[in-house]
Amino acid sequence: MSHVGSVQKRQQVVQEEEVQHLYANRVRVYPKTVKGPVRRFKWAVLIFCLTLYYALPWLRWTRSPAQPSQAVLLDLWHERFYFFNLEFWPQDIYYLTGLLIMGAVSLFLVTSLVGRVWCGYTCPQTVWTDLFMWIEAKIEGDRNERMKRDAAPMSFDKVWRKVAKHAAWVFIAFWTGGAWIMYYVDAPTVTVEFWTGTASSQVYFFTGLFTATTYLLAGWAREQVCTYMCPWPRFQAAMLDEQSLTVTYQAWRGEPRTRGKRVDGAGGDCVDCNACVTACPTGIDIRDGIQLECINCGLCIDACNHVMERTGRPKWLITWDTYADQAAKAAGQHAAFRFFRPRTIIYLSALVIAAGAMVVALMLRPGIGLSVQHDRAALFVRLASGDLRNGYTIKVVNKAQSPAIFEISTLGLPNAVLTESVENLGPASQLGLPVKADSVGTFHVFVSGQPAMLKDGSSAIDFALRDTLTGELTTYHSVFMGPNTETRP
Amino acid sequence: MPTKIEKDSVTGHMTTGHEWDGLKELNQPLPKWWIYILFATIAFSAVYFVLYPSIPYFTGYYHGTLGYSQRDTVDKDVAAVVKQRSGYMDRIRTLSFADIEKDPQLNAVALTAGRITFANNCQPCHGAGGGGSPGYPALAAGNWLWGGKLADIQQTITFGIRSGLDDARQSLMPKFGAEGGLKPAEIEQVADYVMTLYGQTKGDTAAGQKIFADNCASCHGDHGEGKREFGAPRLAGKAHLYGDTREIVVAQITNPRMGVMPNWNTRFDTGMIKSLALYVHSLGGGE
Repeated sequence: MSHVGSVQKRQQVVQEEEVQHLYANRVRVYPKTVKGPVRRFKWAVLIFCLTLYYALPWLRWTRSPAQPSQAVLLDLWHERFYFFNLEFWPQDIYYLTGLLIMGAVSLFLVTSLVGRVWCGYTCPQTVWTDLFMWIEAKIEGDRNERMKRDAAPMSFDKVWRKVAKHAAWVFIAFWTGGAWIMYYVDAPTVTVEFWTGTASSQVYFFTGLFTATTYLLAGWAREQVCTYMCPWPRFQAAMLDEQSLTVTYQAWRGEPRTRGKRVDGAGGDCVDCNACVTACPTGIDIRDGIQLECINCGLCIDACNHVMERTGRPKWLITWDTYADQAAKAAGQHAAFRFFRPRTIIYLSALVIAAGAMVVALMLRPGIGLSVQHDRAALFVRLASGDLRNGYTIKVVNKAQSPAIFEISTLGLPNAVLTESVENLGPASQLGLPVKADSVGTFHVFVSGQPAMLKDGSSAIDFALRDTLTGELTTYHSVFMGPNTETRP
Repeated sequence: MPTKIEKDSVTGHMTTGHEWDGLKELNQPLPKWWIYILFATIAFSAVYFVLYPSIPYFTGYYHGTLGYSQRDTVDKDVAAVVKQRSGYMDRIRTLSFADIEKDPQLNAVALTAGRITFANNCQPCHGAGGGGSPGYPALAAGNWLWGGKLADIQQTITFGIRSGLDDARQSLMPKFGAEGGLKPAEIEQVADYVMTLYGQTKGDTAAGQKIFADNCASCHGDHGEGKREFGAPRLAGKAHLYGDTREIVVAQITNPRMGVMPNWNTRFDTGMIKSLALYVHSLGGGE
């Protein structure tokens, strides 16, 4: 009985406690359409980004007949990445590291100068969300109309507009997913194949996948992607300082907020109309200062300017400014924008170093490649002549667009004799390995050497490879093995 | 002891009407869905019993009306694999070695088939990659006893060496010591001479040279160069099947070891044997 009693008592305690939820329900954002210079600039960037995205795969580029004629193509099937006149092999993957470093440092630099403009203007999440919101406004009307209809009971008007909106979203999402595929397979070819039903199942799968993600992320998730999924807002605080230009409510001008008619001279410029809040695509109040949800898009500036004009106050109550300048202005002074600061200089030099390293690495990129693998079995054999022979699998990379002969020889083992068993070359001290254009040639090379040349049963040897056309040279370190104990003198 | 079926006042359940020493049993039947699944499985097993092999007899078993058999399934799978490969293996069987080597794809198939078959069957003696070991020829080195051309290798694999078949490679070295052909001293002398053939000089070996000319040269050649038609090893080279110390040479003359290689024609068809020959030939010793 005492046990039952204690259980009941515990349940009572739980019921009495105020349950703390760690999950905040999403407050649906209904951004109001705005007009103005910021909005026009945002449209221009959006059109530029989308044009680039959709048009780039269709750009043609002249290469050798055996190669694809698409300017930018990530040809996973043939393990090549074409970028205009550059061609990358899987071995060149470290250039991706350089590119990522440059991308990161550029982002740091831009953010420390002008805040999160990447988030506000060029991030795909912003671009597509903006596009989807434009469609939403065209079909369902502006903020107030949408809110009213969403709250109203089901009606024919509500249904057809919702259906039309989602259909338009899915349509755009489909073209987005379809264009994505074109970066991986030849654009004209895959377009024909797609609509004649002859494309590979991967093409259909990935088109479907990117259709779904575009539709969900830009249509449904929207600002939640920025607030909850993206790491970038989380270290905004580390990127910004008092010299960074960010979207700023000029509190010294606006406060105290005063609604309605006012006696001359009393109150700030802010009329507390909430135009900046309703225009915000992430649903925040910029007057609370910089916050992690703010993507620095500046649409609140246009919204506020409109109100300032109508109420006869100076525009740009919300503007781009630095924290330092705001502090100065509050004291009646002005602080000039400082482009060069230790932070920007460090970012800029890191960017220059990374870019320089990339350019140098690209220019010095070898057009030749060699790898040598000693046979695992047999490690060596003894020939009737008393010589020892080792076998090696040799891979020769020919990045040129013409077949080439590569001369291979060894260093470090005097009187070594080479034979090749796939092409039946040798015996000779130097072999000419023929490799087809734009491919890797695989050869099995036997090296015979005299036991007297070995120390302690084995000897380090280097394979030297020379391109007979360009004269380019490369070496590969390997080993020549023999018996550990040489019983015969 | 049956009692009245009644409602239990504490739990509200009905009792089963059974009582033991004052303890009554509550009626808590299995859930209906559980019972139905049980019935369904019983019905399933009855059908299965008829359709599939189920009843063992003393000398066989009931085959079921479908006549299913796992052994048949395996046979079919194996036949399917053989059929799938037959396109290649038939061509390997019928084409000459030269024609196979002209077709890079077919050659690659043969080398792969040969490599795997070699690893499963030949490697225990000849070593991975044909590296050999004392007493077992190093195929990769090209020190052939019976010839290293593709046709020679095919012949050796097919019939073996001293395998007991009529077509097998056959050679016999007399047991000079054990059967008294040479006296122990003479064996010592001829061994000294043989060692000069691969560069281990031992002063005056004229006596040994004469014994060699009288007894050994007919098979091993006047200069110890070996004769493949008899499978007689080359003595003048620096690679020796059983070793080249004086002890081993003396032992080999006194009571020679002669290795046996089984014939593989009972295990593999001609196509696979030719694939093996191509692979062995490719190891570096091929002629």
